[in-house]
Amino acid sequence: MSDRKFTLQCPMPELDFEVVTLGHGSGGKLTNDLLDKGVFSLFQNDALQQRHDGAFLDIQGKIAFTTDSFVINPIFFPGGNIGELSVNGTVNDLAMCGADPKYISLSLIIEEGMRIDDLWEVLAGVKVSAEAAGVQVVTGDTKVVEKGKGDQVFINTTGVGITHPAVDFSMDRISPEDVVIVSGPIAAHGMAIMSVREGLTFESDIISDTRPLHEITSSLIDKYGKDIKLLRDPTRGGVATVLNEVAKFSRVGIELNEYRFPVDTQVKAACEMLGLDPLYVANEGIFLAVVKKDIAQQALSTIQSHRYGRQATIIGEVQEENPGKVFIKSKIGGRRVVGMLAGEQLPRIC
Amino acid sequence: MKYLEEFRNEKQVKKLLNDIHSIVTREWSIMEICGGQTHSLVKNGILNLLPGEITMVHGPGCPVCVTPIGMIDRAVELALKKNVIMCSFGDMVRVPGSEMSLMKSKALGADIRIVYSPLDALKIARDNPDREVVFFAVGFETTAPANALSVIQAAKSGLRNYSILTSHVLVPPAMEAILSDEETRIDGFLAAGHVCAIMGSEEYEPITKKYRVPVVITGFEPVDLLHGIKSCVEQLESGKSELDNQYKRVVRRAGNQEAQSVIFEIFEVGDREWRGIGMIPSSGYHVKEKYSDYDAIRKLDVVAVDGKENPDCMAGLILKGLKKPHECPLFGNKCSPSNPQGAPMVSSEGACAAYYHFGYEPE
Repeated sequence: MSDRKFTLQCPMPELDFEVVTLGHGSGGKLTNDLLDKGVFSLFQNDALQQRHDGAFLDIQGKIAFTTDSFVINPIFFPGGNIGELSVNGTVNDLAMCGADPKYISLSLIIEEGMRIDDLWEVLAGVKVSAEAAGVQVVTGDTKVVEKGKGDQVFINTTGVGITHPAVDFSMDRISPEDVVIVSGPIAAHGMAIMSVREGLTFESDIISDTRPLHEITSSLIDKYGKDIKLLRDPTRGGVATVLNEVAKFSRVGIELNEYRFPVDTQVKAACEMLGLDPLYVANEGIFLAVVKKDIAQQALSTIQSHRYGRQATIIGEVQEENPGKVFIKSKIGGRRVVGMLAGEQLPRIC
Repeated sequence: MKYLEEFRNEKQVKKLLNDIHSIVTREWSIMEICGGQTHSLVKNGILNLLPGEITMVHGPGCPVCVTPIGMIDRAVELALKKNVIMCSFGDMVRVPGSEMSLMKSKALGADIRIVYSPLDALKIARDNPDREVVFFAVGFETTAPANALSVIQAAKSGLRNYSILTSHVLVPPAMEAILSDEETRIDGFLAAGHVCAIMGSEEYEPITKKYRVPVVITGFEPVDLLHGIKSCVEQLESGKSELDNQYKRVVRRAGNQEAQSVIFEIFEVGDREWRGIGMIPSSGYHVKEKYSDYDAIRKLDVVAVDGKENPDCMAGLILKGLKKPHECPLFGNKCSPSNPQGAPMVSSEGACAAYYHFGYEPE
């Protein structure tokens, strides 16, 4: 598959089997072969090498703790694979807590018959992403389920990070005149997945935006502390769903401006073609920040100075009127409510 | 994007709205036929920008909404057969049948695949030679060529495990049914641009003459729709009832003749039941006898059933333009896109879903 990008950096070990069998999950010799030659040779760190049932970690400070499961189909997609996604997803959940991600667990549920080179590719994705994000894989688990009981591989990652001391995120602190910033173009991940789903394929150069965001969020909190009122990554359900939650739980209205939204031209065209609203399409590499008005422009510059935030934009503001609702001003001057995602047909996207 | 952005131009929209405000002198009801037009009117906030005298009535042009419940039941019955792969457009999967939707049948073990084109279903058939692959072929004249083409290609390549479950409907007979209904009062129509792209504009000339009603063919962007509304109001105010093509960049008088020849190779016109409206003579396509091996109903022995509708659902009145979605007692409480009671709440082109999605409150 042309999307594969790790093969050369991480040559596959010599294994005397081509596909995963139930025996690889039995805990016996086959499991050890897979773990020794595969997993442990890739992820080398002190905690893992001790081969305990769990990891001993020295951490000082307020811990942020999160977990996420990844069941995406297909597991290889333009711009990444399920392994990268499973690291970046958990890293970003920690980043949205205002934490510096430190350690993650890696739990694999493999379907019998998965090709070893595919598994290797996924693990290489985990390794490269973990290194890029500066997190260590310190514990994990491997299970194999019968053919037909899974979909190649499901991954769960759980992560811990150290929360920045200046973090004070709360829906209650969001108030009128606060400003909503999006850190980059929306809807890329969801449309990249759509473009390669069976029965939905269309030709495009759209790639997933999966990437770690904690460096940008750390520098935002470093500089503006409590004036950053909330960070959220708009994954499933997209920007519209997250902002609806914010409006509901903060009891404020949010007014957006359609023409300000950054959307890649190809993504926009694909959305038009499939009849999807990019506001509801999933993202994996952007975040929404609700910030105090006084520092909005500086915060925007801070995000834009980072390689993953060049196209950050102010997309709207918080209002006292219409609490619980999100409105968008259309390009032609009309105005409409942006509702919650109402059960659209989308493939498994994360 | 070319051919899109210039039709979303704020200045043009303002000018057209000013024109419409200045020419209207009395109340008019204009029906936009197609669900795509409804969606755009609501999404762009156009309904609130029009003069109060103009009432836009949302027509029956959403294929998901008008597919009869009995046909959904047949699709479910087929999907639950052991060897069948049922391929469908995404929206159809959530439409409630008498007992269940295709989505629910999937949870019970049916193999349902969502596709964007019947040609993708054809590929699934090629890849699964031991399975019987059925494509749920719904839609207006717009989707008919591709659906017909899938059968032509299957026949040409000798593919024996592919068939279509057809529920094709046609716009002009539905317009005549609405105009003949004594309860409805529609002064003018915005005809659906993409249907006309296939069938041509000339189909509508007899309707303008017979019923003395203006018909304006439009596209789907704000500027397209407002040009259409303006033309319609101008005609109504000056007592004219003509056919006007405001979508000339796509629609020709005779339509796309190649597409038409593909359609009529496979299909013939016959009576069709419309959900919420009832049986309309000569209002649909049926697979010709010659291709009966590709007609899922004949090939796979499906039992005809009379579907049971929720008695409180106003879908029929809404599709005929007699009620607005938020006037239905189920709207927004018992009926929502995540728990639809009637088809117009399912498709994003359905009038109820459009109203729900864009924030209308129950009355």
